[in-house]
Amino acid sequence: MVMEIVCPAGTPAALRAAVKAGAHTVYCGFNDETNARNFPGLNFNRTELRDGVNFAHQHGAKVLVAINTFPRAGDEGIWHRAINDAEICGADAVILADLGLLDHASRNHPALRRHLSVQAAAANADVINFYAETFGVKRVVLPRVLSVPEIAAINTETDVETEVFVFGGLCVMAEGRCSLSSYATGLSPNMNGVCSPASHVDYTEDHGVLDARLGGYLIHRVDKGEPAPYPTLCKGCFSAGEKTGHLFEDPVSLNAEKLIPQLQKAGVTALKIEGRQRSKSYVAQVVRNFRAAVDALDAGRPLPEGMLARLSEGQAMTTGAYKKTWR
Amino acid sequence: MELTVGPAQFFWSAETWSEFYTDLTQAPVDRVVVGELVCSKRLPFYQDRIPEALSRLADAGKDVALTSLALVTLKRERKLTAELIEMGVTIEINDLTTLAYLPKNTKFSVGPLVNVYNEGTLRWLASCGAQRVCLPPELPIASVEALAKVSAELDLAVEVWGHGRLPLAISGRCYHARLHGRTKDNCQFACEDDPDGLDVQTRDGRPFLAMNGVQTLSDTYACTDHQIEKLRAAGVGALRLSPQSRGFTQLCGLYRQRIDQNLAQGELAREVQSGDANIRLSDGFLTGACGADWTGADGQRS
Amino acid sequence: MSDPQIPMPYCPAVLAAGLRALPLAPLSLSLTVFARKIAKSNPGLFNRLGEYDRTEFVLDPVDLPIVLRLNPNGGQPKVKLTRRHTVASARISGPLAALLGLVHGAFDGDALFFSRDLVVEGDTGAVLALRNAIDDAELDLAAEAASLSGPFARPVQNLIAFAENRTGLCLTRPEDSAIW
Repeated sequence: MVMEIVCPAGTPAALRAAVKAGAHTVYCGFNDETNARNFPGLNFNRTELRDGVNFAHQHGAKVLVAINTFPRAGDEGIWHRAINDAEICGADAVILADLGLLDHASRNHPALRRHLSVQAAAANADVINFYAETFGVKRVVLPRVLSVPEIAAINTETDVETEVFVFGGLCVMAEGRCSLSSYATGLSPNMNGVCSPASHVDYTEDHGVLDARLGGYLIHRVDKGEPAPYPTLCKGCFSAGEKTGHLFEDPVSLNAEKLIPQLQKAGVTALKIEGRQRSKSYVAQVVRNFRAAVDALDAGRPLPEGMLARLSEGQAMTTGAYKKTWR
Repeated sequence: MELTVGPAQFFWSAETWSEFYTDLTQAPVDRVVVGELVCSKRLPFYQDRIPEALSRLADAGKDVALTSLALVTLKRERKLTAELIEMGVTIEINDLTTLAYLPKNTKFSVGPLVNVYNEGTLRWLASCGAQRVCLPPELPIASVEALAKVSAELDLAVEVWGHGRLPLAISGRCYHARLHGRTKDNCQFACEDDPDGLDVQTRDGRPFLAMNGVQTLSDTYACTDHQIEKLRAAGVGALRLSPQSRGFTQLCGLYRQRIDQNLAQGELAREVQSGDANIRLSDGFLTGACGADWTGADGQRS
Repeated sequence: MSDPQIPMPYCPAVLAAGLRALPLAPLSLSLTVFARKIAKSNPGLFNRLGEYDRTEFVLDPVDLPIVLRLNPNGGQPKVKLTRRHTVASARISGPLAALLGLVHGAFDGDALFFSRDLVVEGDTGAVLALRNAIDDAELDLAAEAASLSGPFARPVQNLIAFAENRTGLCLTRPEDSAIW
């Protein structure tokens, strides 16, 4: 079986570009707080989703709808409508994290396939099987805290399909269990679908020194000519004890392309690319490369060498938790 | 309103750990949650002292509970979690994995690290046997009010993070080990030197966070001095006080007085800060624009 | 995709100087007509701006002596060229090539912003919304300009030709067939 490439789409144009570039599956979200990439100018209204699903289906691709924030008390209706509308639009599955929402979907939309979002941080076989037995979850997106041998071990203990991140942004914290962003800005991935939101970013340049602040906290300070990373909290430069540096994570992004054969051996069903906030040109290139890689693997050919190096934007790459020493 | 003492989040020596819980037998609190929340590697150092601490606290009239780990990944951790129930006390689940091991119809508590954001989740947990839920610290007061209202119908007690450094994130990576250039497997227990977490500052010297092994906490100590009346009116049954290495029994006493209206609003915060000028307070998750805000300082809203 | 190894082309100073003599009022008017035509053929673009559909954006090509003020104005955009450094709630500055490349989807916005080829000031959320809206719209500036008619067509077409020549960017959208 060819490994499934699951690709992000922040806009209808990106969805079409991803499908054309060879994505087996595209994931996207509604343009509100029900999804974890609730960024200005991004995502789909109901008509756009229906058209996008039609387009994908015509080209043999699937569409998953991420409804993976945690509904706000008193406003659960917004999230319930999102599930309902995803089903009406013909989505192939919804990606959920909240227990109440999983319970709601399994009771009211039993025919709609349910995937467990990375935001649920299900990090072992016992809890994954619990989600499957309780809510009929068919696939789990594994949190980015696991090594390849641990993923392999999980797959021997569960029938639930596993999907893992292979490229793009990297959360260093267990996903869905981090409120750093709301501590500094009031807006969080869990509640608002944003992390380190642009609305709270402030760049100031003084004599060539660029300060990037988030919610008033200095996250990066770079000299003239140095690249200016986006001020994502956990990738900032801080001091503790005698040391100053990237105490939590370097400003790196994930690239597990070299691990694709190992991930396949580990029993992984699908490879997920992060980046619904990225441009369609970026998405198309990443997808083309990963599709070529899994096709080569399936045909018994060697993987194209260093295929994604040029997509790194000059940023350092890491294989993250997939290698145990990352911890 | 009751007071619950949450599990100690930091790595203390076994002696310090035992002394802390001996002192707590005399503190004016109603409930104590014991056990390792953050890192399974710490547990062997004091594991054998847990049964005695539990029984002494119970003898002193406290309700007791045993916490699960916050993030269960390794085989050893799964086994450990599955065995919690054998201790014969109420389990506080802080990773949903625990629920997979509880026999049907077991009553349990839910800790602040389980994502309980809405009525649907609260109802589902109650249907599984949850009797007490400490809400995630991130929740704004409007959500607390909505959930407390539903909890009354569900015969379930709702608790709110009352005081202490806020648990903001949990990771597979150990930051203390990383700081010392070690991996998690070879951490050499770098976190044991920081009994209240290691302060993390921005590059312009502003206090921001605190690291505690695989956990990241706030620099500020959450303090509900200015929200107690609101929380009580909403139907919140208990405040959770999070253990700190110094002055904790006094802190419990201050909250007891404040709840019993023997201490005026604002006095509690003043007492806390006069005891240690280096402590910064926050209540922003409940009533501010962001978690780090200290709205108490803006003039006594309640 | 932007490649950090290749420096962004700058507009030659001589040509930039030529713009100093140009009367800006008629050109502003032409660009407003052009922007409204684009708005009409791409209604999704302005819907995507959401709460930012009345935000004043300044696009500042640092290699030219002019700046462009764009007010989406709820779908009835207004464009104004000025020579002065004007204040706005959101400002994107960078070489003309980077600004045009962004509009045309030739570069990834994230990469441009954070490699400092483009500098964002003011409301970062508004800039992000504009970038995402433009990325979805799949604009073909050359085709849009070619289909303009009337008195405003020529100045816009000249401007597009100028930009193409100077930046080396092709402002005709590449055929999707390359991807298929």
